[in-house]
Amino acid sequence: MGLKRYAATRMVTMFGVLMITLLITIALVGSNMDTILKQGIGFQVRTEITENPAIAESFSSVNEFESFIQSQIDQRIKVLGLDEPWYSPQRIGLTMYKILLLDFGRATFLTSDAGSSDVKDIILEKLPRTILLFTTATIIISIMGIFLGALSSSKVGSLTDRVTSSFAIISSSFPVWWVGMLMIFLFAFTWQIFPARATPDIPSSDPRYIGALLYHMTLPLITIVMIGFGSWAYLVRNFMVGIMQEDFIMAKKTIGIKKNKIIYTHALKNAAPPIVTILALSLSGSLGGAIITEAVFDWPGMGRLYFEAITVMDLPVIIGSTYILTVFFLVSIFIADILYGYFDPRVRTGQ
Amino acid sequence: MSSISPQEIKQEFLKSKMGIAGITILAILVATSIIAIITIPIETFQEWNNPGSWISYPKVAIPIWVNFIMTEKIPEHKILETPNIQTNSRGEISLTTHQFGLNFDYNDFPSDFIYEFSSEYSGSPLLKMSVLRPDGIKLELLSTSLPFSNSKTIHSERIFSTDGSIKKNLSLQSELFAFTLDRLSAEDIVFSKTQINESLKGNYIFSIDLYAVNSEAQILESKLIIGGKAFGIMGTDELRRDLAIGLLWGTPLALFIGLVVAIASVVMGLLYGIYAGFKGKKTDETMMRFNDVIYALPALPFLIILSVTISNSIFVLVGFLMIFGWVGIAKVSRSMTLQIKTRGYVDAANMMGQKDSKIILKHIVPQLLPYAFASIAISVPAAITTEAGLSFLGLGDPSFPTWGQILRDANIFGAAARGLWWWIVPPGVMIAITGLAFVFIGNALDAIVNPKLKR
Repeated sequence: MGLKRYAATRMVTMFGVLMITLLITIALVGSNMDTILKQGIGFQVRTEITENPAIAESFSSVNEFESFIQSQIDQRIKVLGLDEPWYSPQRIGLTMYKILLLDFGRATFLTSDAGSSDVKDIILEKLPRTILLFTTATIIISIMGIFLGALSSSKVGSLTDRVTSSFAIISSSFPVWWVGMLMIFLFAFTWQIFPARATPDIPSSDPRYIGALLYHMTLPLITIVMIGFGSWAYLVRNFMVGIMQEDFIMAKKTIGIKKNKIIYTHALKNAAPPIVTILALSLSGSLGGAIITEAVFDWPGMGRLYFEAITVMDLPVIIGSTYILTVFFLVSIFIADILYGYFDPRVRTGQ
Repeated sequence: MSSISPQEIKQEFLKSKMGIAGITILAILVATSIIAIITIPIETFQEWNNPGSWISYPKVAIPIWVNFIMTEKIPEHKILETPNIQTNSRGEISLTTHQFGLNFDYNDFPSDFIYEFSSEYSGSPLLKMSVLRPDGIKLELLSTSLPFSNSKTIHSERIFSTDGSIKKNLSLQSELFAFTLDRLSAEDIVFSKTQINESLKGNYIFSIDLYAVNSEAQILESKLIIGGKAFGIMGTDELRRDLAIGLLWGTPLALFIGLVVAIASVVMGLLYGIYAGFKGKKTDETMMRFNDVIYALPALPFLIILSVTISNSIFVLVGFLMIFGWVGIAKVSRSMTLQIKTRGYVDAANMMGQKDSKIILKHIVPQLLPYAFASIAISVPAAITTEAGLSFLGLGDPSFPTWGQILRDANIFGAAARGLWWWIVPPGVMIAITGLAFVFIGNALDAIVNPKLKR
């Protein structure tokens, strides 16, 4: 299988997965969504009628008036196609088509900081902040990880190696958000160095906003990097140790090429494919942020938006953010797959 | 992945320090769980979210062991339940006395004291409360008659130190003290030195006398609570819950969630992968496509939606976690099966006409077992932290006190801002230690299964 054909198959699979994810999401929240939409219409009709007293006066009895309201509601429900259940093919098709075109509708409760209730606006506002925090963190983590990993693989069993490996193992069993709570406890309250809430308190139109955002970002950034770089270093170390035992490296050693040169040129080059793949995976994965970490630090990004939407059951926002998160996740898997297929042709043959 | 016998694995494992450390921690955790299940009555954790059952505990009390480190002793919260009981009858009058001894050894006053009792009587008996202090002074606190009743009744009451008549009685004895008592609360007077308003250390005896005339009066239950700011080995939270109980109960719950999810997902993944790999061709293709779909689902958002819309029961959650847990293992075990399949003895067995199921069970599964054990150990921490994370977001099962839920409550009540470290640190440390035990075991096994990493 050529690389192009491989990419195409992966692409089709990914698109299929995206559709399935959307379907499952809609299936899970669909019935709730219907109830909420219908309630909204009833409310809307009633307010319109009460705003116009002439309509109310033209009826003699309460029953007649009520039946008029009901017929109005039914009419609107029909116009919007809500008389069919949410699982009818047309409605699911329409919803999915809209979502594919990034038309998520209006949020029920949540608004963006600028005041818009359009789900797309809300997401577009939160997304850059998540990218700012998590992508920065991922870049720092990977650079530190690659260096430390290469360093400790060059001296297997040394103090550096043992410290890195044990730090990696220990840090991987701590939940990031709990370390976040501790960091807030220590550096925001015991020693008041950083703010406890990561949301800047000045409006986003203020020119000082960027500075405030960066200052508020420091504590979450330190936390994420602290917990993350260990496992990267460990991973890189293990790849390198594996490669260092390959025959061609052994041959270079016997020729008498210096060990450091072998590690930083030949071995690192050969460890590159998996490292680059993981880098791609974690970089694009970082766009979705981390729901719990953002909730702890109150970072105004995608993760917190998702959490808020779940708490108030704001369904358009839930569907919209799930879609965006899934897209990023799939794109990252796709890139990783392609890179892997490019570096390691065996993958493409499906063996 | 090659042929390592179970004995070899055991030997290698016992040689690895990490493995031993992991097993030791795990053994301690299992012992803790057993202790929790045996010693703590099962009702306590069902009562975890019922504020009524924690009423005699103090609010946000610091763990008592802090007093060993501190020079200024923080008053401990004491619940005295075993009074010294005496009964006397002299003619028409019968007297029941309950005495509570208290060794008060702190530099600060207690926050309050509460006498809680229930008594069975007829008529209207007289209840007197007094305290004998270390300096020999006896302070009269209260003298009240219980509500009149013609027939036998049971009367329950709580007498608080904030009671107006206690204050009044104390102000009648103000000549004993060298300072004015006007602004002081009852506990600040009772536990004070006479010259200056500082805590007086020593043995106090609280006595409660119940006088009944021409009738019988009994105190059925009697409890004296000296309110303090330190309680239990783990302290208490804002809702007066004893954190030690929450932490103890969290252990079996975390182990249950972690182990069940890990074992079930590994078994599922293993069988799925082996079957796909062994069958090959179209079956393999379709099964792996399905695997891809599940693999590409974003797990956490889905877990959140599922627990919001379907159920947040802990058992259902375990099921959800399994859905996302088996995928990676299926992939690896499939590719391992593909390799094993090409070996001579599998071909031989095939040619001899052995059934597929038998070949899988006899020749393939045993080879994958070491890998399976390592995967189980490695997937436990993920399951535990995911559950803790969901609980932290408020999507956990409210009927079980898990570590994640304790941390959620801590976050809601602003424990970090208020410096309540004993509410934040222990649950997280428990999560980390439990995770660490399995990571250690998993890494030790992994090093044996993949000998390349050992160097």
